[in-house]
Amino acid sequence: MTYTGLPASVEAIRRVRQDPHRLGHRAHGPGEPVEGTGHGGTGPASKRIIVGYGFWIFLLSDIVIFACFFAAFAVQRGATAGGPTIGEIVDIRRVGFETAALLLSSYTCMLSFAATNARNRLWTEIFLLLTGLLGLVFVALELWEFVELAGRGITPQRSGMLTSFFGLVGLHGLHVTLGGLWLATMMAQVLLKGFRREIIHRLICFNLFWHALDIVWIGIFTIVYLMGSGA
Amino acid sequence: MFGKLSLSAIPVSQPIPLITSIIVILVALGVLALITVKRWWPYLWREWITSVDHKRIGVMYCLLGVVMLIRGFADAIMMRTQQAVAIDAPGYLPPEHYDQIFTAHGTIMILFGAMPLVLGFMNFLVPLQLGVRDVAFPTFNSVGFWLTASGALLVNVSLFIGEFARTGWLPYPPLSETAYTPGVGVDYYLWAVQISGVGTLITGINIVTTVLKMRCRGMSYLRMPVFCWTALASCLLIVAAFPILTATLAMLTLDRYLGWHYFSNTAGGNPMMFVNLVWAWGHPEVYILVLPSFGIFSEVFSTFSGKPLFGYRSMVAATLFICIVSMLVWLHHFFTMGAGAAVNTFFGISSSIIAVGTGVKIYNWIFTMYGGRVRFETPMLWSMGFIFTFVIGGLTGVLLAIPPADFLTHNSMFLVAHFHNVIVGGVVFAIFAGYEFWFPKAFGFRLHEGWGKAAFWFAFVGFWVTFTPLYVLGLLGMTRRLQHINFPEWSPWLYISVAGVGILILGVISQVTQLVVSIRDRDRLRDVSGDPWDGRSLEWATPSPPPFFNFAVMPNVEGEEAYWGIKLRAVETQQLSPEPEYVPIEMPVNSPVGIYTAFFTTVFGFSMIWHIWWLAAVALVAAFAGFVAFAWRDVQEFEVPAEEVARVDRARRAAREALLERLSRQEALP
Amino acid sequence: MRQVGTPETRAIAAAGRQHRTLEQHHPVGSPDDAERRTCLSAIQEDLSRMRGLRLRKGAPAHACRGPLLGLVSLGLASCSGGVLDPLGPVGAGDATILIDATVIMLAIVVPTILLAFWVAWRYRASNPRAEYLPYWSYSGRIEAVVWSIPTLTIMFLGGLIWIGSTRLDPFRPLPSETPPLEVQVVALDWKWLFIYPQQGIATVNQLVVPAGTPVHFSITSASVFNVFFVPRLGSMIYAMPGMISQLHLQADRPEQTWGLSAHFSGDGFSDMQFAVKSVPAADFQAWAAGARGAGPTLDQAAYAGLTQQTQRVQPATYGAIDPRLFDAVANQTLPPGPGPQPESPEHTGREISSGGKD
Repeated sequence: MTYTGLPASVEAIRRVRQDPHRLGHRAHGPGEPVEGTGHGGTGPASKRIIVGYGFWIFLLSDIVIFACFFAAFAVQRGATAGGPTIGEIVDIRRVGFETAALLLSSYTCMLSFAATNARNRLWTEIFLLLTGLLGLVFVALELWEFVELAGRGITPQRSGMLTSFFGLVGLHGLHVTLGGLWLATMMAQVLLKGFRREIIHRLICFNLFWHALDIVWIGIFTIVYLMGSGA
Repeated sequence: MFGKLSLSAIPVSQPIPLITSIIVILVALGVLALITVKRWWPYLWREWITSVDHKRIGVMYCLLGVVMLIRGFADAIMMRTQQAVAIDAPGYLPPEHYDQIFTAHGTIMILFGAMPLVLGFMNFLVPLQLGVRDVAFPTFNSVGFWLTASGALLVNVSLFIGEFARTGWLPYPPLSETAYTPGVGVDYYLWAVQISGVGTLITGINIVTTVLKMRCRGMSYLRMPVFCWTALASCLLIVAAFPILTATLAMLTLDRYLGWHYFSNTAGGNPMMFVNLVWAWGHPEVYILVLPSFGIFSEVFSTFSGKPLFGYRSMVAATLFICIVSMLVWLHHFFTMGAGAAVNTFFGISSSIIAVGTGVKIYNWIFTMYGGRVRFETPMLWSMGFIFTFVIGGLTGVLLAIPPADFLTHNSMFLVAHFHNVIVGGVVFAIFAGYEFWFPKAFGFRLHEGWGKAAFWFAFVGFWVTFTPLYVLGLLGMTRRLQHINFPEWSPWLYISVAGVGILILGVISQVTQLVVSIRDRDRLRDVSGDPWDGRSLEWATPSPPPFFNFAVMPNVEGEEAYWGIKLRAVETQQLSPEPEYVPIEMPVNSPVGIYTAFFTTVFGFSMIWHIWWLAAVALVAAFAGFVAFAWRDVQEFEVPAEEVARVDRARRAAREALLERLSRQEALP
Repeated sequence: MRQVGTPETRAIAAAGRQHRTLEQHHPVGSPDDAERRTCLSAIQEDLSRMRGLRLRKGAPAHACRGPLLGLVSLGLASCSGGVLDPLGPVGAGDATILIDATVIMLAIVVPTILLAFWVAWRYRASNPRAEYLPYWSYSGRIEAVVWSIPTLTIMFLGGLIWIGSTRLDPFRPLPSETPPLEVQVVALDWKWLFIYPQQGIATVNQLVVPAGTPVHFSITSASVFNVFFVPRLGSMIYAMPGMISQLHLQADRPEQTWGLSAHFSGDGFSDMQFAVKSVPAADFQAWAAGARGAGPTLDQAAYAGLTQQTQRVQPATYGAIDPRLFDAVANQTLPPGPGPQPESPEHTGREISSGGKD
């Protein structure tokens, strides 16, 4: 993306209107590579690009961690040790509500970032709050699911399958919870310090994080819940 | 109140750990007292502990690595002497102690010795070679270092409070589950490695972002020094592989603490899954170590031959080839686990294919020397020693990559000799070559050449005398990790090995003596020009040591070997490039967040190990509070005034004038 | 071997005399002559390479004699009593591959190392006769060769890997007219239990097999990972709880040897060796018949005793077995060994966990 000082999404819209087929790859077309992107030999990229890029790399590493937990679930899917199978523990209705809450929270998160680009503090805070509340709904529903299962004697200590189930779903829930703590901190920072450059960078990172969690959740509810309830 | 912690955790009944602990504590207290008496705390706090300068952090990483290498070497001395005296005899180390020693030896050498040293080199060199002022995330860099130090501290605390793991450096379940290893040893291992793993991942993210997004003007990818390419490949591997370790150790931690069944013996646990996951990390780990080592040798070979590196693009291709294929070979660590012929064949062939990339590099280094003017100063000696040692180690590696051959030698002393052959020959020799090569740049004075050569010869001969008998022992059927030997016919080989250890000790002594002598004679050995070796890459354009902002004006690169081009132009035109216009420079402020976070992380780790739950919660909250406080700061950068930049740079230019004059008086550069 | 008149070859001859005493144990013409000849041919290859070197003057040849001599004596030493001295077809197959691959790799590695040292020496800065090519850093021809040498070597080795892994897969039964002997192996802390289901007996820390008969091992563990390994019989394989590994080995002639665990399994690991005796088939039948009925019974109670952690266990024999014991151990109907007991003196002063639950 070009560093023209404009917020990301407005710039993207402008370039799409100008050049619908290039879609942001103008730097690789004929002509000079653009300053501040880090492309070609134009020198170091701008701070915003560096922060975003570094956070993407971190997200990739986080996804590798999730991949290992997915792998463990795949290996231990059938290791029920005489206990309940995956089909007996998944509750599609509740997972539907969890998915709706999380996907909706991604939407409100995107809206808050649009407000940030427009430098509108009120709407940024409102949408961040909505994001946080929807995330809270997600975590609450998940905790409710775990408590209910534990009440039926279905705990991770029972079998390998349950261990990997609780581990994968729990890891995602832990990420959402930590994201919620981060969200609260960001809301406080925006409230007290406004749209400083570092705060906008952190909001970019938070957005990436929240959307990535959404993607992971789609993987979880497909592979664990949908495929599990079909089993 | 104190969880499982009680006074019985202190090993009063075991003389060796007790005496070692007392000595270590006395030395540590002595050092702290010395610093206090000499009033060095403000300097240390301001210039080193809270520094976010990549050069300072790199030096601290290397210091940590060297100290832990010495501890790991002490473990090795104990292991080899125990095996030599415990032939049809119990020896002086009972099994529960010996088992801790070989576990600590492996863990420390790889994760707290070699890794910090390699990370240190990458941190110090990459921004200098790329012509930029620092890495992408300097404060984060400091956090990463202090987390690694925190892990190392926890490992050392296990020496005098409790015990360390007794499972081998990779804690295979079911042995590492609580049923077979109750006690805090494995927990020490888990928390120390997890914490330092986070630190390593931070460096990985930092260097990847720096190399891909922060190069000076004109430095396209194919103009980067090869060391930066190898650092990139190594850090890409860190980002891809270390999370696997994090996940696997987290699973083992859940098994041990909460009775889950990832790897347990019963109820659907799958110990084979641990083996697969941990080696999916473990194999990339050794390439994380060896790729920057290859990069160091590339720099040394080209500098000391007076020629550019042969086949630059080939080297880059080979590096990336090794990077990718290293993620496809992990099963060769357990061919004997019975995966079947098809799976074994696939991984055997992929493991052999990696030899192609390495072989290409060896030949390219040889042809770098061809047509050169090779100078055999100490870094070059280490490089020649590396060629000999590593190639033979690679040979034994290809042997082990053939499953039927591995069926005879898996887990034997042949394997032990092989991996020491490649790690010592590859990584350790590279570390010493790099240390001798870049010490003047980091500290401003050269190292004593004679002691350096002595250290090399002792190390080289000592290595071969120590490890060749182990190849023989492996072929005679001896397996690894034996606390005592029931076969007297093995004794000649064990004795020869101990003699080799004696030679290695002389090498360590020589290395330390070199440092002491060099510090004593530092004025005579001063590196005035900043370019003591006739270097070719940008770090040699800076003074020794470089100013904290690295370059007064960021360079504009016009070809491969940026600094060599600058030197050529200067000699041709008989003058330096014109004085630039000096502008103020923005640099990041120091921050205590690194050491603050690491302090509470250490407390957290210790509390989790000893099940002191309230203290763990307090430490976690304090660490989080620290992060928030750090995020709240209003001042992130400070400005270096243009006059200050000009003053530093004019001193550098004066030294360069002198260098130019010296170069011109000798025969002209080609 | 012939007497040749240089110091290094005289040294080899002396080593050869040492090797000749081994011939008393392995007479020429006996079935293991192939192994002895493999050793000798490896030595002769080194000798001829050294003779070739003697014609070349200069430092590299001198420098190489020492290491080559070392290699040769290493080869000789490793030739007897270990994995390079196999007793049967599996071990012979593995060892042949190991030696062949070593020779192939040496053919690449030795010239490479020599080239490196020669280039470094010739182009040393103090040598005025060497040309200085300060800008020479690329040659397509050299690149082609440099990529091809490792690639071709690896392609060749790839074939070796494929064929070797298939032929010597531990799960693959050995071709033989004699029906295989079944032995069930349980790795315990810290000893080995061998059950002979066809003979109805069991032994601890000693394995008796008939010579010339393929043996089919079914291997499991009643505690942690171990590896079942008899160096002179060949391939090893993991012993894992809850799983059965299959291994086929054969001893071609009567011999006394030993086996071990090749995976660290705890404090008593260093004593997990067991005696391996291959005897003539008739002697084996006699031994099995004699053992049956004599000695204690391996029932669940006796087995429970075995699962307790003990070290330096003396060989023992059981005269009767529970035929379903092995399967019960393998599918963990009988629980695995309980691990360290708090009262044992080795654990004084160290924390005892409550099995992961706090």
